[in-house]
Amino acid sequence: MSFNQNSPTTVSAGAMMTFNINKIRADFPILQTEVNGHPLVYLDNAASTQKPQVVIDSITKYYTEQNSNIHRGVHHLSELATKLYENARKTIAKFISADPKEIIYTRGATESINLVVSTYGRKFIGEGDEIIITEMEHHSNIVPWQMLCEEKGAKLRILRMNDNGEISIDNFKEMLNEKTKFVSIVHISNSLGTINPVKEMIDLTHEAGAVFLLDGAQSIQHVAVDVKALDCDFFVVSGHKLYGPTGIGFLYGKKEFLEAMPPYQGGGDMILSVNFEKTVFNEVPYKFEAGTPNIAGAVGLAEAIKYIDGIGIDKIAAYETELLDYATAVVADIPELRIIGTAANKTSVLSFVLSNVHPHDIGTFLNADGVAIRTGHHCTEPVMHKFKIPATSRASISFYNTKEEIDVFVASVKKVIKMFS
Amino acid sequence: MKNELNDLYQEVILDHNKNPRNFGDMHDANHSAAGHNPLCGDHIDVDLKVKDGIIEDVKFHGAGCAISKASASIMTTTLIGQSVEEAKEMFKQFVDIVTTDPEEEIDTLNLGKLAVFCGVREFPARVKCASLAWHTMKNALDDESGASTE
Ligand SMILES: Cc1ncc(COP(=O)(O)O)c(C=O)c1O
Repeated sequence: MSFNQNSPTTVSAGAMMTFNINKIRADFPILQTEVNGHPLVYLDNAASTQKPQVVIDSITKYYTEQNSNIHRGVHHLSELATKLYENARKTIAKFISADPKEIIYTRGATESINLVVSTYGRKFIGEGDEIIITEMEHHSNIVPWQMLCEEKGAKLRILRMNDNGEISIDNFKEMLNEKTKFVSIVHISNSLGTINPVKEMIDLTHEAGAVFLLDGAQSIQHVAVDVKALDCDFFVVSGHKLYGPTGIGFLYGKKEFLEAMPPYQGGGDMILSVNFEKTVFNEVPYKFEAGTPNIAGAVGLAEAIKYIDGIGIDKIAAYETELLDYATAVVADIPELRIIGTAANKTSVLSFVLSNVHPHDIGTFLNADGVAIRTGHHCTEPVMHKFKIPATSRASISFYNTKEEIDVFVASVKKVIKMFS
Repeated sequence: MKNELNDLYQEVILDHNKNPRNFGDMHDANHSAAGHNPLCGDHIDVDLKVKDGIIEDVKFHGAGCAISKASASIMTTTLIGQSVEEAKEMFKQFVDIVTTDPEEEIDTLNLGKLAVFCGVREFPARVKCASLAWHTMKNALDDESGASTE
């Protein structure tokens, strides 16, 4: 094989130059651990990413020194917690070039989509209206729309993909019409790695007079996202896929949309005044944040974003592309292996099937070598139907992975193939 | 881990995975059911021919991992010639084997061919793979048309 055996810090090509991988890996305590007697090779980053020490520390510090409930408190800790929570919102907003008032905290991408469906969707989508999604959506961007369509008599239309896992702009244009009210599309596919041509799709959607939600669950950690430049109307993110904690994420929405939408849940914090005769809702974004939120989660997520920003998302993107290209090239030599998802424009995900071994068996064998991958349908069952397979094995890459880890993974795959041949 | 892995993927299991016995369709079946594991997409059809309370023939087809395929294959070889009651008893025994706490000893003396599945309990994620065929067979005998191990 033609790869460089030297320590990764001295690899001379491309993005590797500006990337101190040893230092980065030292920031993630879990990467120093062993699984089944082998150093952990964590290639399940599309499911959830590991957390750098700074994120872990920020959560510990919050509960050790800063914890209180937010808003309306006059004491020191409440003011401190409120400040941290609102500063975190500013950090998030700045990262995607939004206004902090346009950032609503949620539990993650799933809740963000559900929020939009049950507020915007319920108010503005009716009988005979059409909603467009793609064949490669995560279940969280399918099922809420199906539920809405069932309730309202609206129609869910599916933009199909080709055998590489790519959608066509021409097909999309043909689907748009005066009945199209909403387009909800994944930015980067979690099971194929396809990067969709979303800027063009957003512009076309707006020309057709419809509204666009971009599912950024798999994009914000891999490519630079500027919601103002993209001009999407909604953008959804899960913190745990962005090196932050679980249970926190956010919804970006254009302010005029957020203001026109009814509240999501009722309760404390989302109101200005409550009377039995009439309750006045709070302004955005608080109108959508009922109850005591995940304050420590927000603090941890902001810390994760600062960490990513410190490295630079463009450097991360370049390095991850290099790793994916490397992995793709190495597995090309394995005749039993077929890559699922071969889009010209893709990132970070290597989904594959082996001709003689079921994904479940692959996953179990790789685990014995300390290699964590995911096997199954990845919450994208229609993708499996499209490729006529029950499941795939998926290695998903982060900037803390190395070519050496790819080699361990590939050697383990080769061992499985041999075992079953 | 290495040993546990070898216990799970014993020679017998790899052999049945590669050369499944009684694999295919049956045209004169009088009990049939389809089994599905939605989590991993495995599906299996089990057909039985029962006469006077005795299982005369069993066949299966479908797609799944090595564990689920070998389990189905070995199941068919143990069932042929057994009574329906014995088959249901073996179903219970099998479920016990794959769900007994790994800390507990299993008496393998009376398990016959099923003993190779003792290793499954070390892999909680794989218990459903191993038991799919058995649940499907039981449903077929009970004349319930579908099984799911999710
Ligand atoms: C593309 C995509 N959208 C949405 C989600 C849902 O994210 P969560 O489960 O964190 O809400 C995921 C998670 O796998 C995803 O990959």
